[in-house]
Amino acid sequence: MPNYYQPEIETASREQLLAWQNERLVKQVQHVWDNVPYYRQKMEEKGVTPADIKSVDDLHKLPFLTKADLRDAYPYGLMGKPLSDCVRIQSTSGTTGRRVVAFYTQHDIDLWEDCCARAIVAAGGTREDVVQVAYGYGLFTGGPGLNGGSHKVGCLTLPMSSGNTDRQLQFMVDLEATILCCTPSYAEYLAETIHEQGLRDKIELKAGIFGAEAWSEEMRRDIQNSLGIKAYDIYGLTETTGPGVAYECSEQTGMHINEDHFLAEIIDPETGEVLPEGEKGELVFTSLTKEAFPLLRYRTRDICVLSRKKCSCGRTHVKMSKPMGRSDDMLIVKGVNVFPSQIETVLLEQGYPANYQIIVDRINHSDKLEVLVEMAPDKFSDSLADIAEQEKTLVEALKNMLGIYAKVKIVSPKSITRSEGKAVRVIDKRKI
Amino acid sequence: MNVHQISVFLENRAGQLSEITAVLAEHHIDLRAISIAETADYGVLRMIVDDAEKATGILLSHGFILSMTPVTVIAVPDTPGGLAPVLQLLAEAHIDIEYMYSLFTHKEGQAYMVFRMSDEEMFAKKLAEHGMHPATKEELGLQ
Repeated sequence: MPNYYQPEIETASREQLLAWQNERLVKQVQHVWDNVPYYRQKMEEKGVTPADIKSVDDLHKLPFLTKADLRDAYPYGLMGKPLSDCVRIQSTSGTTGRRVVAFYTQHDIDLWEDCCARAIVAAGGTREDVVQVAYGYGLFTGGPGLNGGSHKVGCLTLPMSSGNTDRQLQFMVDLEATILCCTPSYAEYLAETIHEQGLRDKIELKAGIFGAEAWSEEMRRDIQNSLGIKAYDIYGLTETTGPGVAYECSEQTGMHINEDHFLAEIIDPETGEVLPEGEKGELVFTSLTKEAFPLLRYRTRDICVLSRKKCSCGRTHVKMSKPMGRSDDMLIVKGVNVFPSQIETVLLEQGYPANYQIIVDRINHSDKLEVLVEMAPDKFSDSLADIAEQEKTLVEALKNMLGIYAKVKIVSPKSITRSEGKAVRVIDKRKI
Repeated sequence: MNVHQISVFLENRAGQLSEITAVLAEHHIDLRAISIAETADYGVLRMIVDDAEKATGILLSHGFILSMTPVTVIAVPDTPGGLAPVLQLLAEAHIDIEYMYSLFTHKEGQAYMVFRMSDEEMFAKKLAEHGMHPATKEELGLQ
């Protein structure tokens, strides 16, 4: 049985899709030109006007947007609608400079939730299903996105938010949840706990929609076997909307990008040149339909491959591979974006040397972040209590900056290797 | 002259302590007392040496992080209960001990204890009131 939420869109012919894209791109470029002076200036600097963009073939003429632009334009500089037309913001963690604040009109929320609804239906969701959303709710897009999608499909939605495992399991069992939405590492943790507590025969789960962090095929097999479900990947970022930019179908060989809303390109991260289909490079998104935060050619820094090979599910939308890495130094820890430079900023502010090391590991299915910090001569105290107090201050400052807990380990001065050339700032021990 | 203790930051890893003692030995610095306070990740090595000034210079030049802390050294009878009068005095005066440890030095039936107090001034005053006197550097043969 085909599982489509909007079959006429999801299975539209390539010609039809292209026609929509052409029409929407032309309109969107005009909208941005008229309403986003920041981007208009970038276009002018490149000598491009809306008249130059007649179809998707002209997309490459447009300037890129990067996280640096989001920083420069924070908070309102990339808005395409007045605030009075907006109904919501979502945001990533981080300081002013690194935090992304995305605005949504009701129209934008609707299209986002449609995208999430497609993902849920592709995972077998119908109005008979009970969807347990164990992504964080709030500024993070995970919870609100899947929550809205679940409503659109007509599922009974359990807005659990993240954490509180005992309560998650109690609701899962008592309310017979059939679809679980959370990060893959939390799914692994839940699966383990379900087995430990002997609840395997008491759960009714049939599918899971897992995203916001990297996971492997091996993890997928483990989760599927352990819970007896089918595990689907989902992709998105706050800059474009949130989860649902792309999602997996039953074939599980990549994620269909919702191309009627988001135009994808793969570029060479060094040169910015568009690469032919099938080549590995940096994923770039152009929002075709969003009004309030209409980013054109936004560089995601995610490295992946696109494929237009015919899919057995009947969907015609292009598929993206799981992200294979980053073209910058961003880490994703517990679904949260972490930049080494954020940590460096905190250390310098607190009077520690900028020679540090970040160690990321996954222990018991949960990401752990540890920062090795060198003791500074003027910070040293004979009293352990004083050192502990300094450590606590540092942990709090890091939490304020990153939005997640990082363990701090104070080490001897000059004990962190200063390699010649590029310092090894990050050791990622996660086997994904 | 007051006795000064050298406190050195110690990372909790194998070999840290022997690096320090090796450097001191090389320069013929004599350790008179040593004590370690530690947490899971790091510690503070506290020591009294025969030549504190020389030792700090050497340790600093080897990249160690340290501080000098004035401490009070008291001679107590090296017999059972010898420490009791001092501790009783502290309890009565409500002075908190931050830490204490002993010197290797013994002299004429006396043992030496190193004290670091929450209120060093009050400690000195109370000792004087009870006719006790902190050991001087000269008495201990320290530079």
